[in-house]
Amino acid sequence: MEHEAHNPALLHHFADAQQQKNAASLGMWLFLVTEIMFFGGMFCAYLVYRLAHFNAFAAGSQQLSILLGATNTAVLIISSVTVVLAVKAAEAGKRKVLVGYLVVTVLLGMTFLVIKGFEYREKFEKHHVPGATFNFTDTFDDNGKQIPVNPKEAELFFSLYFAMTGMHALHMIIGCGLFSVLAVLAWKGHYTPGYFTPIENAGLYWHLVDIIWIYLFPLLYLISRHS
Amino acid sequence: MVSKAASTAIPANQVPKLNYLNNGHTLKSWLLTTDHKRIAVLYLISVTFFFFLGGFFAMLIRLELLTPQGDLMQADTYNKVFTMHGMIMVFFFLIPVVPAVLGNFLVPLMIGAKDLAFPRINLLSWYLYVVGGLLITHVMLTGGVDTGWTFYTPFSTDYTNTKIVEAGLAVFIAGFSSIFTGLNFIVTIHRMRAPGLTWDRLPLFIWANYATSLIMILGTPVVAITIVLVAVERLFHLGIFDPRLGGDPLLFQHLFWFYSHPAVYIMILPSMGVVSELIACSARKRIFGYKFVALSSVAIAVFGFLVWAHHMFVAGISLYAAMIFSFLSFSVGVPSAVKVFNWTATLYKGSISYATPMLYAFGFIGLFTMGGLTGLMLATIGIDVHVTDTYFVVAHFHYVMVGGVLMGYLGGLHFWWPKMTGRMYPEAWAKLSALLVFVGFNLTFFPQFILGYVGMPRRYWQYPPEFQTLNVLSTAGASILAAGYLLPMIYFVWSLRYGAIVTDPNPWAAAGLEWKTSSPPPTFNFDETPVVTWEAYNYDEIPPWERRAPVAK
Repeated sequence: MEHEAHNPALLHHFADAQQQKNAASLGMWLFLVTEIMFFGGMFCAYLVYRLAHFNAFAAGSQQLSILLGATNTAVLIISSVTVVLAVKAAEAGKRKVLVGYLVVTVLLGMTFLVIKGFEYREKFEKHHVPGATFNFTDTFDDNGKQIPVNPKEAELFFSLYFAMTGMHALHMIIGCGLFSVLAVLAWKGHYTPGYFTPIENAGLYWHLVDIIWIYLFPLLYLISRHS
Repeated sequence: MVSKAASTAIPANQVPKLNYLNNGHTLKSWLLTTDHKRIAVLYLISVTFFFFLGGFFAMLIRLELLTPQGDLMQADTYNKVFTMHGMIMVFFFLIPVVPAVLGNFLVPLMIGAKDLAFPRINLLSWYLYVVGGLLITHVMLTGGVDTGWTFYTPFSTDYTNTKIVEAGLAVFIAGFSSIFTGLNFIVTIHRMRAPGLTWDRLPLFIWANYATSLIMILGTPVVAITIVLVAVERLFHLGIFDPRLGGDPLLFQHLFWFYSHPAVYIMILPSMGVVSELIACSARKRIFGYKFVALSSVAIAVFGFLVWAHHMFVAGISLYAAMIFSFLSFSVGVPSAVKVFNWTATLYKGSISYATPMLYAFGFIGLFTMGGLTGLMLATIGIDVHVTDTYFVVAHFHYVMVGGVLMGYLGGLHFWWPKMTGRMYPEAWAKLSALLVFVGFNLTFFPQFILGYVGMPRRYWQYPPEFQTLNVLSTAGASILAAGYLLPMIYFVWSLRYGAIVTDPNPWAAAGLEWKTSSPPPTFNFDETPVVTWEAYNYDEIPPWERRAPVAK
């Protein structure tokens, strides 16, 4: 098949570049819908158990560091801004600026993961990782008042904490990989003001992963810490 | 008539022009193809394999139940056999069969597109399906699973020692195949329609696949995460569904059925779309109430998401929840009945031909109606409590799944066989097989309604002697059914070489856009993009096919 000369990125089965772009964009949005449903199952489990075992979840929540969580939230929001700037640079055809923002985004994503790693390490040290070594005795609130907590229910909180943040982190790792590849391709000049759909779509994915964190942060760290 | 002419064999070398089948002969040209028609053929082969594998397990079940004692196998083996039957048939046959084979082949053709929107993702879907299928086969060969296809906790997470994680992974992977197919269809139907092909001109098969795809992308991710949670619970001893650790097994059932009930609409909706096409063509009429039939597909998809807890009436949900879910389950009957009544109204005063596809469509209408009406009985809380986990339920869903889905699929496969291969199947044999399938099916499953109603529970390898007569009838029916399924397998393969070549690319004189290109179609479907200026099913403008010569003499 001979491709049309003006746009090497146009695939043969599309009538024109606009149709191809619309299709890719709709496809990405639908994929994000599936991601929302995927995480929705875990959010559903979290909300059900939070209602069922309120005290244990409040006590478990207290063990999370608001400082680290808030820092990570800030890191992710900034990375969403750099993604937007990357898309804008691609639109304007500024190749080096585009690569720069993509690299910064990857670095911010990695920063998030490193901070998350420190949080996980603390959970291991305190025996808050579900399993045989799980131990939960810190059942006092900020005022020193004891909260009656069943350790098994607290273990459930940490099970969901690891399942949800772990699945989120996996998406972050995939996103970092994605942007690394795009940065290399962008450096080689694959993207032009007429064709930068992959940058846009990867950006949409990144924003969704951010938004999921925006929901995870208050649900796990913030709400009803003081039962 | 088709059947008379079909006996004349013509050598393959007279097929005139380059088409998707002879455009590349190497294995690589098939395994790395992005042509939706070739991917449909790949699916056809692999789905057929899993159908017969699942059917093999069905025969083992029927053989064991021939006598009241456990003589062919004992409880453990029996549990694994019905689990493999269920998992293979549900996840590797019923869910992909019509969308992945007929849908893949027909969706771009019916809307005048060159391919699906994402051809490489389409190929990826097939590979995911194959990887999932190989994994489930591996599980089967190395010990199997004994939870039933439903993976119910806490049995699956705490008690059984069988291969839950591997089987779950297989279903998880196959689920993504389904998600990508659905995503591809929705984008294609939105973005790739030919000029003039507005939404109210779309064939009903497209509407049905569109509704199916909505369920695929909204439901499948939920079962995927549920299976992940079961797997991590099993691997790391988390307590998400374990009551001893604060979890709740009911939550598993909610999450599981949130997908797995809509999944039955993933199975039945595309077949309903097929039946709409067959009836309009065979009755030579525009489908009665086109818009209602089209929107009833979407309505089924939407209502289908609101009825899942009717699987849990005896599981300990609240009475009020049960009443609401009972009411909502009844409401799905409305769009389903709209379809059945409108098909029947289409037949009224139509000039109906009784070629094989139409026989299957008739079979579908009758059997689906019985499956649907018994579904309403099961949606009634009082009856459901009485017959939960009995053969009544088994008979009900086999009437929908086998009587419905499979009848639609086989009817469609016969109807579009000349489109896919350029050759006709042998009509007389096909009619015989349609008859065998219908008789065998009813003999297999009707006795199970009675068995269930008088109290025979499902999933046991032995039963009290008074149930034997009906079980013998059921097993006899299953044998006839097996012959009815093997026969098409044989003559379809036979017809690839010896079937009469269709000289008219449109042997049925059908109205769809897919018939306006050659049979088999060229790789990019249409020589030039068609412009649609007519409504769907404009049969009053097309002469009936008896006046034409459908195949070579």
